Amino acid sequence: MREVAIIGLGIHKWGEHWDRSLSDMFIDVALKAMADAEIDKIDSMCVGCMTSGLFVGQEHIAVQLADYLGIKHLPATRVETACASGALAFRTGLAEVMSGLSDIVLVGGVEKMTDVSVEDATFALSTAADQDYEGYHGITFPALCAMMARSHMNRYGSTSEQLASVAVKNHFNGALNPNAQYQSQITIENVMNSTIIADPLHMLDCSPITDGAAAVIICSMETARKISKKPIVKVTGWGHATDTLALHNREDFTTLKSTELAAQQAFKIAGIGPRDIDVAEIHDGFSIMEVIATEAIGFFEKGQGGFAAEQGRTALNGELPVNTSGGLKSRGHPAGATGVAQIVEIGYQLRGDAGKRQVQNARIGLTQNIGGIGGSSLIHIMEAV
Amino acid sequence: MSVPKYWRNIPQRYRLEAVKCIKCGKLFFPPRPVCNECRSQEFETVHLSDEGKIVTFTVLNSAPSKFSYQTPYPIAVIELSDSAKICAQITDCDIDKLYIGMPVKLQMRKLSTEGDAGIINYGYKAVPA
Repeated sequence: MREVAIIGLGIHKWGEHWDRSLSDMFIDVALKAMADAEIDKIDSMCVGCMTSGLFVGQEHIAVQLADYLGIKHLPATRVETACASGALAFRTGLAEVMSGLSDIVLVGGVEKMTDVSVEDATFALSTAADQDYEGYHGITFPALCAMMARSHMNRYGSTSEQLASVAVKNHFNGALNPNAQYQSQITIENVMNSTIIADPLHMLDCSPITDGAAAVIICSMETARKISKKPIVKVTGWGHATDTLALHNREDFTTLKSTELAAQQAFKIAGIGPRDIDVAEIHDGFSIMEVIATEAIGFFEKGQGGFAAEQGRTALNGELPVNTSGGLKSRGHPAGATGVAQIVEIGYQLRGDAGKRQVQNARIGLTQNIGGIGGSSLIHIMEAV
Repeated sequence: MSVPKYWRNIPQRYRLEAVKCIKCGKLFFPPRPVCNECRSQEFETVHLSDEGKIVTFTVLNSAPSKFSYQTPYPIAVIELSDSAKICAQITDCDIDKLYIGMPVKLQMRKLSTEGDAGIINYGYKAVPA
């Protein structure tokens, strides 16, 4: 298999963009990524999007986006695995470059979520759960994660304050990221006093509804060495696993088995372990999910993720900075775009372009993106060349 | 929800029909065509127990459109006495007195209504045992 490099990064300010359509945002980041890579030609495009059908009433968006990108007859693929659609698009692009099917691929993710009411957005997101056996009973994603949080608290003694510390940390980082939806710091008290969405999760434990897109340009290492004028980021590990769709069919509600397995695959391919990671972007759709993910990947022992966050071990100046971008909580969470934005952030970190949130001497980064409550998990590992 | 979609799930929603793998004995609710332990495709139909206990739970204050008029409502994962686990709302209870391990019993209830005519969707909910 051919080695793969990331040579272009594109993102924009995420938030509520009532004046911009799904394609407006996508074309913006696609052109930014191409400009960053200093290329005007791509061989193929892979797009991650969870449910443009429910959010904007448009499917077949790979065609729409290729058309509006102005590259006639471009092969374009749209993939979906709920909130991990972005990482799945990246994996699809990787497979194209590794196999030789394509040489230069634009990988993008996008979601336009604010054209519908909050109730309808909640419904659209809940379609990633088991519709017949969870959705039919009135379940939501906050509720599923709240039930995992309660199990984790019951088994390990994790606390609401520990979960709140994840949100506080991610808002601190987001305040340093000009592209984050929220650029304000919050306190533990703010989180604890915010409305309870699904007990024990407060509103400030939950990621928001966001409009946004992100894109990267990937190509073979051979081509990157010829054309890239910027530091090259090499993709060195990848993993992908699934789990039961419904929470109640799992044996253990306090971990993410799919993340554990995907991480093991990625570490094995990269020939490294969790302690070698300098910076990580983790899927903190809800604060508890960052805690559980840092345990499942192997950064911390099972049950220690909440204590680690509370002690500042995952802070920007900690031993393992997690979610320097602000994470889903503060950067925002346009479902299909998140997985690609995580890659963009690690790209900036490894190139030394992360500005005020730069992790000194970051050489190896990891992304973890999950669909639903971990029905799917994708891990990618990248290294500065 | 379309009538055929509703109709297909009646055996599970009204009668708690599950399947048991004939080869390894694993229980599946809802029924599925292939056992994820031994890959067998041979099953027998069994009826789940209607008694169990709460494994984990939450109380929702924010709900999808169809359920927003019911908030706050508790929902739980319940382990039935035959070891099958299901997701269900808990009703006729004091929401401040729910706990992990609490004994509950399943009953047939109205779950939601839909459309201008208010068509009723039925299914199981749990009540304190």
